[in-house]
Amino acid sequence: MASIRQSAYPDLLPDFRNMAVMARVLVAVNALALFGAFYTASNIAQGVERFVQAAAFVEPLLSVQLLAFFLLSPLLARLSYRSSWTTVVALAVAISGAYHVMVASIATVPVPALGRTLVLVALGTLFLLGYFRLHTKAFSPALAEARLQALQARIRPHFLFNSLNAVLSLIRRDPKRAERALEDLSDLFRTLMADVRQFVRLEEEIELLERYADIEQLRLGERLRISWELDAAPADALLPPMVLQPLLENAVYHGVEPGTGPGEVLVRIERRGERVRATIENPHLEAGNQRAGNRMALENIRERLALFFDAEASIATQTANGRYRVDIEIPYRRA
Amino acid sequence: MIRVFIADDEEPARERLKELLSDIGEEVPNMVAGEAKNGIDALERLPASGAQVLLLDIRMPGMDGLELARHLTGLEQAPAVVFITAHDKHALEAFELNALDYLLKPVRASRLATALKKAASAGAPRREQLARAAGGPREYLSVAERHRIVLVPVRDIVFLRAEQKYVTVRTKEREHLIEESLVALEKEFCGTDATNGFVRIHRNCLVARAAIRGFERTGGSEEEAHWQVVLDGVPERLPVSRRQWPAVRELIAERP
Repeated sequence: MASIRQSAYPDLLPDFRNMAVMARVLVAVNALALFGAFYTASNIAQGVERFVQAAAFVEPLLSVQLLAFFLLSPLLARLSYRSSWTTVVALAVAISGAYHVMVASIATVPVPALGRTLVLVALGTLFLLGYFRLHTKAFSPALAEARLQALQARIRPHFLFNSLNAVLSLIRRDPKRAERALEDLSDLFRTLMADVRQFVRLEEEIELLERYADIEQLRLGERLRISWELDAAPADALLPPMVLQPLLENAVYHGVEPGTGPGEVLVRIERRGERVRATIENPHLEAGNQRAGNRMALENIRERLALFFDAEASIATQTANGRYRVDIEIPYRRA
Repeated sequence: MIRVFIADDEEPARERLKELLSDIGEEVPNMVAGEAKNGIDALERLPASGAQVLLLDIRMPGMDGLELARHLTGLEQAPAVVFITAHDKHALEAFELNALDYLLKPVRASRLATALKKAASAGAPRREQLARAAGGPREYLSVAERHRIVLVPVRDIVFLRAEQKYVTVRTKEREHLIEESLVALEKEFCGTDATNGFVRIHRNCLVARAAIRGFERTGGSEEEAHWQVVLDGVPERLPVSRRQWPAVRELIAERP
């Protein structure tokens, strides 16, 4: 399996297409404006008035800036970190300059000096870039790496030993099938031990799901029925490794193994506009609830998705009509 | 010749055990007396199979291995039990503590041979040993007949009443007699959660809390009233002893 050498932390420049980043910029700039307004005001009424004035000037500018960086984001990502900082600050100053001149030409009220606007914008941009750098750092290299290592998906020992046992039973009766099962197990463990900080392509994760399913099928036979709905799955979507496999493992562990009859598991992955949605559904068994560990696996995946996609990924579960269902949504990023 | 019964929910695991049993056949003469793919299935087939040793996966759908073993102790010729597990830390600790024999999956032929020899001479595990290892209440009570074990789901039981030597188990449909002590049953089933648990209403009687519909006064003076329990689905009225009345009233008042 070729791994995509695209790090989960591409660089220290914020991802300008991430909603969470935009939200943070909006909040930070408005907070600065509010602070400035009240700092220079002599009473509250004056502070509010100054803030409203500042907002009228700042909000349109901010929207234009965010839009510009949203559009330029792929170009900026190609620059080295150092030059991307310079470029971002220069761009911010240039846009503000043009905006200022335009506002000054149509405004009926006096506008502050151009130089002051430019200095404030440059300082504000630097401050925000510094903030995002710290923010990314707090969640990335050393710290997040440790976090990710700790969160590295683990296969249940129960599954490993039972699978090895199943392979042992095949060696005499069906050596070819035993060989294939060992190859499947190797692939599974190779992925488990791989670098958790790298994105993988969705098609690789799907292949892993199928290998895992083959092993479980060997063990559980007729009892496990998986229906795959993968026609609308974008093969080139990027996602953190081992996000879907633990969910399928959970579905089998809680929804099929504790039942005496056959259990139907559904795996559906599809692209919905700019998002990728994965659904895994299994029978909801009372006996399955008593087995521990489901919530832990879900929390683990939730945290890893947050580290990779911030607030743009979601994971939701629901129980209805005797079925238990997990939905994951991530932004569609192409390899 | 040791007659061995295999209970495991995974077909490959059963096949593997059969292979190993035939591998060690020379050292420990044995034959497979039967096999089952879940706990209930095993309870149905084992008594008639004449098995002396049961190789028992502890994690099975329907009924887990430990509970199955507890029901088998009622048989006249209960088999010795060798538990088998892939990985289950809690169960292993409980087995060690209670001197129960177990094997780890994948099983080795030499270990299996040793365990079989040991089991054949040691005989069936004792009921208390298994109860301690299980650590929780059973889901069923069982009535052992000569070649059959009848299961009564605990959630169907309305009340348990001690008679001379037996305990009457009353469900909505019928009565069963079991040879267990009410004291042990109280320990196992009272004080669990409020919806499934039982409550003692009299020296000789435990009632399912969920089945209590109300109370009727049957006489006595205002301060010394006598009460009896009205139950869901059965016509019997059971007297509450004066000693138990305050505790019963309190428990029922707590009910959501």
